[in-house]
Amino acid sequence: MNLEELRKLREKGQREMMQRSDTSKYRIVVGMGTSGIAAGAREVLKAFIDEINTRGIKDVIVMQTGEKGFSSREPVVEVFEEGSEPVLYGNIDPEKAKRIVEEHIGKGNIIKDYQIIVGK
Amino acid sequence: MMNIYTYYILLNIDDVTLAEGVKEFEEIFKKKLADSEAKGKVKVLETGTPGIKGAGISMIVYPGNVHYAHLSVSDIDEIIEEHLVKGRVVSRLTIEPVAERLESSGLNPQDIKLQDRIVLSESGVIDPENITEYFAVQGYEAIGSILENKLPDIDVIEIIKNSGLKGRGGAGFPTGIKWDFTRKAAAEKKFIICNADEGEPGTFKDRLILEGNPHLVIEGMLIAGYAVGASEGYIYIRGEYDLSIRRMEKALAQAYEYNLLGKNLFGSGFSFDIKIKKGAGAYVCGEETALIESMEGKRGNPRLKPPFPGTHGLWGYPTIINNVETLANIAPIILHGAAWFRSFGTEKCPGTKVFTILGDVRYTGVVELPMGITLREIIYGFGGGIKENRSFKAVHLGGSAGAVFDESILDVPLDYDTVKEHGGMLGSGAVLVLSNTVNMRDYLENVLLFFKHESCGKCVPCRVGTARLLDMSKELIASKDKDTILSAMDKLSETMFKTSFCPLGQSLKFPVQSINRYFHDEI
Repeated sequence: MNLEELRKLREKGQREMMQRSDTSKYRIVVGMGTSGIAAGAREVLKAFIDEINTRGIKDVIVMQTGEKGFSSREPVVEVFEEGSEPVLYGNIDPEKAKRIVEEHIGKGNIIKDYQIIVGK
Repeated sequence: MMNIYTYYILLNIDDVTLAEGVKEFEEIFKKKLADSEAKGKVKVLETGTPGIKGAGISMIVYPGNVHYAHLSVSDIDEIIEEHLVKGRVVSRLTIEPVAERLESSGLNPQDIKLQDRIVLSESGVIDPENITEYFAVQGYEAIGSILENKLPDIDVIEIIKNSGLKGRGGAGFPTGIKWDFTRKAAAEKKFIICNADEGEPGTFKDRLILEGNPHLVIEGMLIAGYAVGASEGYIYIRGEYDLSIRRMEKALAQAYEYNLLGKNLFGSGFSFDIKIKKGAGAYVCGEETALIESMEGKRGNPRLKPPFPGTHGLWGYPTIINNVETLANIAPIILHGAAWFRSFGTEKCPGTKVFTILGDVRYTGVVELPMGITLREIIYGFGGGIKENRSFKAVHLGGSAGAVFDESILDVPLDYDTVKEHGGMLGSGAVLVLSNTVNMRDYLENVLLFFKHESCGKCVPCRVGTARLLDMSKELIASKDKDTILSAMDKLSETMFKTSFCPLGQSLKFPVQSINRYFHDEI
């Protein structure tokens, strides 16, 4: 390993993270820290994947990440869309996950009732 | 006795408002206030981190959380006469508070700034189980540039010293100075230990880092190892942190795969290995020498200091023990420089602090904020205020061994030094909020029960003292002479402070004496 290789790996990593949103319009990221998993993040992740498969949506990718710190509002899910501000949702359960797929991913409507607003 | 104020005013002082003449405004405001009927009833406090931005001279009035913005000297009379004397909000000058704006739109109040994150910047953003995503955020480039550019170890330590980074585990000892002691110690072997035995009740900040960005901790350990001349590292993770352990194991395997751990890293001849050691759940093992004993396979009792672990640590070799959060700051400092780090936080305590907020607040969780933030901003901003229409009573700051304060602490800019000046400690950054439903004697008993349980029993003052204090807290229930018991508790905890072997027994005076100081009357 040297710095040059590391820089190439960085570019590769950035490209991969970019490409995900190039080929797929939406990226759903589920917080899978201890608090998230305890609050049911695994079921939520599964619900997202199931619902996306059921509906046959192709331009979405579902991923996992760690915890942001919103422990009392886990499971926390973030939806990224190319060219838009990411949308953060809290207290998500499998039913709400299905609704996010239907409304947000399907129709492009942000579901304000589930949203967590963070300061900029 | 503390003066009882009717109103608290937070005046936003930052470079923008200073340019707009906020100091002059403040002076005239205070002068006019002193001449008005509201004299002595209003406390004006300066706050450095504005809740309002781009709104000229602005202030927040509590109670009511009224935000005034775009103020000029000509507005002062009206605010004092109408609001502070007569209690009528001057609506032509108000803007909607952040929380109100969000609540009226049916959303949750939240006023945190994610861009001020250093150690948690990627937690909850990248996939912690995929090293490529850590590469994408310049992962391992800090250690890479040190090794390829052959930066001398002393220069690395100089950068850390200049950054002003203090240990985030609790004691707040300058990290660069600690490293330098070990660098200078001549020995055939040296060790780096990452203290991930996060056991402070109500604290789980390290867990977020370990779970959310494990490679950041590994890179911090590599840099520490290079700087002090160590080639072996251990991560002492508390056994209950199952996910942290699994993620860290995965991260270590990936780092070995890319030869970012192991022999001859970056072709420099520097080698470094890291192993995980699971803790077994003893509070005292968060103390560095007890942790070392435990790692050596012995009972987790603290050792006599000096000699300090920096020169005589694991198996007697010089050993650096740093907290997870401390190590997570290292790579960003190397990448962006000491001056960048100093742009966060306060003069004496640069950088950020990760706070765990819990108790009777609407939203519990973990938040990283610059040093110098106030508890009011943490509790009423991130925490969303007190839950279920209760009111604020107390805050237990810094973990169980910290002090319990009343509302007088709320507007103090927090860093290691200011909290110490107020008779407490910032510790692990736990912010435990207690509402008016909590009985302070019950709370004290609860804290003491914890310490009695966790006292290792090695030294008499702590072993007997914790048990005796617990008994006394129970005697308070039926006693007619509470003053005598409370002053005896003060005295005993002071004796324990002077004579106990390790910080566990020494620090009991903080909760005991502060509860007596602030809540004497209700016990």
